[in-house]
Amino acid sequence: MYEGIVQDLIDELGRLPGVGPKSAQRIAFHLLAAEPSDVLRLAEILREVKAKVRFCRICGNVAESEECRVCLDTRRDLTVICVVEEPKDVVAVERTREFRGRYHVLGGAISPIEGIGPDDLRVKELMTRLADGTVTELILATDPNLEGEATATYLARLVKPMGLTVSRLASGLPVGGDLEYADEITLGRAFEGRRSLEV
Amino acid sequence: MSLYRDDGVVLRTQKLGEADRIVTVLTRNYGRVRAVGKGVRRTSSKFGARLEPFSHVDVQFYTGRSLDIVTQVESLDAYGGSIAGDYGRYTAGTAMLETAERLTDVEKEPAVQQYLLLVGGLRALAAGDHAAGAVLDAYLLRSLAVAGYAASFGDCTRCGAPGPHRWFSVESGGSVCRDDRPPGSATINEESLRVLSALLTGDWEIVDGADPRFLRESTGVVAAYAQWHLERGLRSLRLVDRA
Repeated sequence: MYEGIVQDLIDELGRLPGVGPKSAQRIAFHLLAAEPSDVLRLAEILREVKAKVRFCRICGNVAESEECRVCLDTRRDLTVICVVEEPKDVVAVERTREFRGRYHVLGGAISPIEGIGPDDLRVKELMTRLADGTVTELILATDPNLEGEATATYLARLVKPMGLTVSRLASGLPVGGDLEYADEITLGRAFEGRRSLEV
Repeated sequence: MSLYRDDGVVLRTQKLGEADRIVTVLTRNYGRVRAVGKGVRRTSSKFGARLEPFSHVDVQFYTGRSLDIVTQVESLDAYGGSIAGDYGRYTAGTAMLETAERLTDVEKEPAVQQYLLLVGGLRALAAGDHAAGAVLDAYLLRSLAVAGYAASFGDCTRCGAPGPHRWFSVESGGSVCRDDRPPGSATINEESLRVLSALLTGDWEIVDGADPRFLRESTGVVAAYAQWHLERGLRSLRLVDRA
């Protein structure tokens, strides 16, 4: 145990995800040894982030104003919504430069074992967005794991009466991998989703 | 025992660090095992979908200091695909996994019967031959019976008077007669008792042909019985979709 405020800093750092007691101690001593201006800059950014960043009132993405950068962009296609679990998934899809529609961030996936049901996610907000008839296509880009699949199944069932085009991201073999290491489920999905080659 | 291998069903996964997961597996011979699946969240992981909940796998572990480490996995049956493709099955299946985890609370204590029951239950759920809610109810009654909490739907649980009786007491362990019913006992329809007995014994002809009214009443009794005997409530039970 260190004295007073140093131990408090180690304890606070240790509460961050993925930071154990040893890492917390290492970061704390790095901060103590660093230039005061660097540490103050970090402190200022932490304060500013907490004060300024909020969730977009339309899509639930992180934003610095009432609406996020994507929702404010008038060049985006208003007829397509891509549903993702977390704001970091928006960044992942944006990196592809393939999607020009807007997003809807659910805030997680349905996980009954953790006590998370549809009412704990931003499902009602999604239904409200779909109600005015502007959106004609919904892309379900929840994680390709069991909870993500179940969430996509639930949403597809919910929006079915609205007559929208509902699609799910394809799953299959990762680019750059070896076929022999693919598991049966992934390889099976790749076979299901195979496409003809136009040459 | 640095390396050991067993068949098992993945009950739960929890994120760990950057790309790992803690995987809880109910194995045939070693009971419930918690182990680290290294790098399984990466798209390039060689374990991929094999370590998702509902997967029935042949798995090899390396004994670690605090948690064991998954070194190899082969799929025996991948129930996850057909279960996650139907929301009712998914929520019912999750309640089954949570129950199995709760009834095997001591790690590495063999629980062969619980394991066999869970595999059978998931197989039935994935096949979709019966309503998902009924498969869950049958599993709850049978897993509780294996754990020592068998419910009685015939004779009075207090005096042994031959049934059927109109009253059901969760804390007494089943049907009770008029004279012995404790305060707060529920009244129950005779037909619902027949459904409950059929769920416990696996008489699917009676269950599949039962009137929805009696199935609903049976479900209520099973839920109350399970919540009482598991002490802490099952989180997934309230989210089961029986539509």
